[in-house]
Order: sequence, then C-alpha cells, then structure tokens
Amino acid sequence: MYKITSKKVLNPTVIQMEIESPLVARKAKPGQFIILRVDDDGERIPLTVAGTNADAGTVKIIFQIVGATTEKLSHKNEGEYITDFVGPLGVATHTEGIKKVCIVGGGVGCAIAMPVAQEFHRLGAEVTSIIGFRNKDLLILEDEFKACSDRLTVMTDDGSYAREGNVTVPLKEYLEAGEKFDMIITIGPLIMMKFVVAAAKPFNVPVTVSMNPIMIDGTGMCGGCRLTLNKDGKKVTKFACVDGPDFNGYEVDFDEAMSRGRMYSDFERHSYETTCNLFREVK
Amino acid sequence: MPNMSLTKNPMPTQDPKVRAHNFNEVATGYSDETAVDEALRCLNCKNMPCVAGCPVNIHIPEFIAKIKEGDFEGAYQIISKTSSLPAVCGRVCPQETQCESKCVRGVKGEPVGIGRLERFVADWHNAHSAGNVEVPPSNGHKVAVVGSGPSGLTCAGDLAKKGYKVTVYEALHTAGGVLVYGIPEFRLPKAIVAKEVETLKALGVDVETNVVIGKTLTIDELFEMGYEAVFVGSGAGLPNFMGIPGESLKGVYSANEFLTRSNLMKAYRETPDTPIMKGGNVAVVGGGNVAMDAARTALRLGADKVYIVYRRSMDELPARKEEVEHAQEEGIEFRLLNNPVEILGYNNPDDPRDPKNGFVTGMKCIKMELGEPDEKGRRRPVAIPGSEFVLDVDTVVISIGTSPNPLIKDTTKGLEVNAHGGIIVNEDALTSRNAVYAGGDAVTGAATVISAMGAGKVAAKSIDEYLSK
Repeated sequence: MYKITSKKVLNPTVIQMEIESPLVARKAKPGQFIILRVDDDGERIPLTVAGTNADAGTVKIIFQIVGATTEKLSHKNEGEYITDFVGPLGVATHTEGIKKVCIVGGGVGCAIAMPVAQEFHRLGAEVTSIIGFRNKDLLILEDEFKACSDRLTVMTDDGSYAREGNVTVPLKEYLEAGEKFDMIITIGPLIMMKFVVAAAKPFNVPVTVSMNPIMIDGTGMCGGCRLTLNKDGKKVTKFACVDGPDFNGYEVDFDEAMSRGRMYSDFERHSYETTCNLFREVK
Repeated sequence: MPNMSLTKNPMPTQDPKVRAHNFNEVATGYSDETAVDEALRCLNCKNMPCVAGCPVNIHIPEFIAKIKEGDFEGAYQIISKTSSLPAVCGRVCPQETQCESKCVRGVKGEPVGIGRLERFVADWHNAHSAGNVEVPPSNGHKVAVVGSGPSGLTCAGDLAKKGYKVTVYEALHTAGGVLVYGIPEFRLPKAIVAKEVETLKALGVDVETNVVIGKTLTIDELFEMGYEAVFVGSGAGLPNFMGIPGESLKGVYSANEFLTRSNLMKAYRETPDTPIMKGGNVAVVGGGNVAMDAARTALRLGADKVYIVYRRSMDELPARKEEVEHAQEEGIEFRLLNNPVEILGYNNPDDPRDPKNGFVTGMKCIKMELGEPDEKGRRRPVAIPGSEFVLDVDTVVISIGTSPNPLIKDTTKGLEVNAHGGIIVNEDALTSRNAVYAGGDAVTGAATVISAMGAGKVAAKSIDEYLSK
C-alpha cells in the first residue's frame, strides 16, 4: 500500500498528489513514468512523474479526471492509500548537449513538461516555454513555469487568459524570427504534438515528443503500447514503455497512435459514467 | 497386485460444451479411489527411468508407493522435497515428453499418469493440511531473486529450505509471473498459485511486488543492500510481431497482452475495470501452448468463432497434444498451412471520425504446402502462389513468441547476453557476473514452466555451493 501524503486540486479536473514511494523517489528522472492501481482488481494506469522529493520519499503525480480510474483516484484523500505504485519506468528525457531548448506543453501535458523544463533550467540551459490551455479555468502551473523559464508564453484557445490561439502560433513566431533551438520538446494531446512537429519541420529543428499510449505492465511484456516509427522510409515497431516515452517527433505515426488511443473509448465512457454514478449515489 | 490395465484412468473433465463458456478449471482431478487405482499401475522399477525424465528429479516411484498405501500426505512430503510447486507442475508440465515418456508401462500401452497423480497429491495436501510449515534455521546468508515466476519461486523455495533469507522481487502487482498473467484460470486456477506463494512465504521468503529490477533497483544495488547472490528469472520479454501490414490496427493483440488482460487484470469478469475485445470472430496466429491458451480464452470471453492460424501442419504444431485436443473439443477451428500476409481494417474515407475506422475487419492469409526439411528437420512451409483468401475476423491475437527483456541487460555491466538477447549462463546457471545466476525464459527464450523450474533448482544448488564455501 502506498500513502497519499498530499493532495491539491489544480483546476476542476486536474489534481496533484504526492505518493510515498521512497525507492521510486530516489530514482525517478524527468520524462519517466509510474504505473499505479487505486484498489484491488483496479486497472493499471501509467502517469508521468511530475516531480520527486527524495528526502521525504515522495513522488508527485498530476492527473486529469478522464475515466473511471482517475475518477476513483480523485476521491482519495491525503492520508489514504492506493494499492500499487511502481516505477520509475521508461527512459528519462535526454538532456545532453542541449543548451537552448523550447518546451511546448498542452493542457495536463504541462504537468509532465514542467519537470523537464526545471531539469534543463537546473542544468543551465536557456529555457523557452510555451504552455497552452483550452481556457482560463484549466490553466495550471503558470508560476512553476515562470520560475524555471527564461521566457514564458501562455496561450488559451478562447483568449480568456493571456494570448489567444494555440501553442504553434508563438512557436512559429520564434522560429521565423530566427531562433535557433537545439531541441523542441513537446508534451500534450497527440493532435497538438503532431502540429508542433509540422510547425518545426520547415526550420529543421529536432522535436522530441512524449507518447502516452494505453499500457498494462509497463515493463516490456505485453506490447500494448506499441507505436510505429517511420525510420528512413522503413516502418519500425517500438514500445513506449521501454523504448520511450520520448520519441523523435518526425518519425512517429501520429494518426495511428490517435486511432489506437481510441480503441476502448466506448468501454471507457461507459465505465466512467458507471463510476461517476456510484460516487453520486454515495453522496 | 499391480493394476495391469493398459490405459490410464481418464482425467475427469468438464463437458466441452459447458466449459467453453466458463473459466472454471477444465480438468477436475482424480478421486481418492481413482488415484490409488492409477498408482497401482506403477511397477516401482528399481532403476526409476521416470525420475531421469523429470527436470526437478521428483522421486516418482516413492511418492506413488505412498499413494498405493493411501498415505497422501506422505506422498506430498516426498514430492515437496524436490518440487516447490507440485500443484502447478501436476497441471502444466508436459509429462508426456518427460517423466511419462520414460515409463516402462508406456512400452506396451499408456504410461502411468504421473502428472495426474502429482496433481492429486498436491490438491489433497492443499485441501487437508493445516498449512503448518517447518521453518528451517537461518544460515545467515541473504539472496535476492528477480522475478516470481516458476524459476524464481523454485530457486527461492530451495534456498529457503536450506536456511537462506530470500527476497523475491516482482515487477507486477501479484506474484506468480507467467503462472498468473499468462496461463489461464481454466488451466491453472490462480488460487492454486497464490497458495504455493503463501507456502513459500511461510518458509520465510519475502515477496516484494511492484519492484522492477533494472529500474526501481539495479542488480548492483541489490549487492550493496547486502544480498550475497542474485538469481535472475525475469522471464520472456517483448512480444514478437509478424511485420505484416495492419498489425497496429485496433483489435490486434500480442498473446501476452490478450492473456494479461484476461488473467492478471480479470477482464473476463462481468464488470471488469480493464477492457478487452470480446465477441465476434477471433484468429490466433501461432501453434504453441500460448496460442492454445489465447484461443480458448477468446472462446470463453464469448467469441462466435475462434481460429488457430498456423503455417505448418498438425504434425509440426508445437503445443501439447492434450491442449490441442481440448481446444478441438471446445470447437476451436484449426486453419493449418495458412499464413497471414495482411490484417485488414475498416476505413471510411468520407468520414475520418467514423468510430469504426481502424478496427480489424479481416485477415488475409495465403495457403502453404510443406517443402524440403530445414536444418532442424522440420519441413519448411512454402506459399502456394495465388492462394490468398480473407478470413473474416474482428480480433487477431499474435502468438509467435517473445524476445528477451532488455531492462536488466541494459543496467547490469558485464552481464553477457547471446545474439537473441538471452542471458548467457554456464551449466551451473552462473552468468558472466560473479554471484549472479540466471535461468528460465530470460536465458532460453520462451520455454516451459518445468524447464524454468529445473533451471531455478540448478541455480539454487550452485548458489548454496558458492555461499557455503
């Protein structure tokens, strides 16, 4: 059993928790993820590590309530326990040789982008951050990004806060103005990452994307998290859990990844509704 | 008087029509009377050829002699001297190619049903024993075991019985490895695996779940923590795919994923938390035991029609005969000498948001014939030009083997692996690293439960010799 040592509501659908797991806290690096189960017979869900406190032995996770499992998790409170918590899994984000980086985060993906931005800042790289949200109510982590970025642009789709538009608008402005990033790292919805890659392509800037497909074991056993890379005209199957979650954005087949991500959408909608109704009845 | 019947007492099973729709165990086991009757077929040969056929050297005639006397607990004590998982082995060992293949009674007629008797004894013990286990005195040495599958549990059990303090590290949330995520409930009830794990814990073995060696901790850190030897039984790894178009469509699973969803994550239950595609027509590609497990699981999940698609003929099919027969009885259709060339998916060009887009609609196969034997002597399948056809399926499960997991190799300096990624060991199960031993699928690639147990046993003996110096 793993104790929830703190819980903070970041916006109406996004929650931050710290979970006691000293072994994971000691090891986890930005870009890596964990898998948790809320209760017995619960499903295993992967969540990217949003930070660690090695002294306290805790790991920070930030999640959006999107389905039955995250709904159940959101009802857990500080001092309560979850059944399973394992990690750190996947390969940490590569930072070597990158002196000037642009971090592009979208929605709850900003929670994953934040520790990456912090790591580059700590290593002395120049950090340009662009974070985007649907609207003002969904904005998270602005202060945290401010603290670790040399430049920060906040975007909202509807213009209800900061600049109106999506994250590719300021990215293109930077690139057109001749900014030479060693690397663009983008984390967010698949469709956003696909457009970030398209925006960067004419300028020949390397793009790293963080993939978060459906997973079960997370250790390279089931193959459910596979995705297709186009490497020099050849299709190659890779596993996000052991080969990723970071991949070269130019090689990822986003359309396939988006399609695979919807494999269980009917099931998920149904079980989410059932779970919500259960909690409603309890109340 | 020995029982000179030429045939084994048949194993009682659930009716195929009934069992095809439930996850209860297929074989229901011998009664006390049947077990004694079968035991009486054993001639108690002086040279014990059967024992030589057992990878863990169970003293077979000795335990069968106890059954003859009606001393079932005595029989269990003899088996448990050399086997840590008798209830498991009695169910999943390929006895027909091991102990029973050496049985003298098999020369004329059927061999003694050793596997069935082993299962009977283990089940009798589990039903009747109070669970009191004698904990051996500690010898002060600490050993870490990586993976709680058959090799790891065997190694841990053997060492614990000698007084070692053993900790087993398991990556998943439940101990048992392939016994819980891979082999289905209807062939090996999970309560039996849990019981065997509990027996080990009673012997003093610690089981730490949710620890991925190579990630959460490395082998080197285990030594820093005070373990004096490490056994790596991390199992098979990444599933292989065929490399044909359409393998990423929705509805295509590796056998590992399909079975893990059903077995470990309980997707077969009425209202599971973890989803699985069920219903419709299912094709399982491959001919091994894992393919049979996947096909029979698909049937029980409610598939209309389940096919085994295999590119060679029945003679080359690697699965156990008993599993193939069970599958056939239940109504699995064998499409032999068929090779998949493409998996087809739904695509509505007018509506990219059509929810059916990207789901499997069929699998294109080509018919094969057997050509000249290859270097292993197996006749090589050759495609018959122009013989393509489409099998109407909604789900495809690919069961063509696995490649070793890279996590431990990548984080353990000096640990040598072969061209396939399998850990290299000598005859004592020692790797290229001092005090690091390995066995099971992590060494051999996908193989059987009992061969993994045999390897765990060899390693336990070597570790004991090394630490007793």
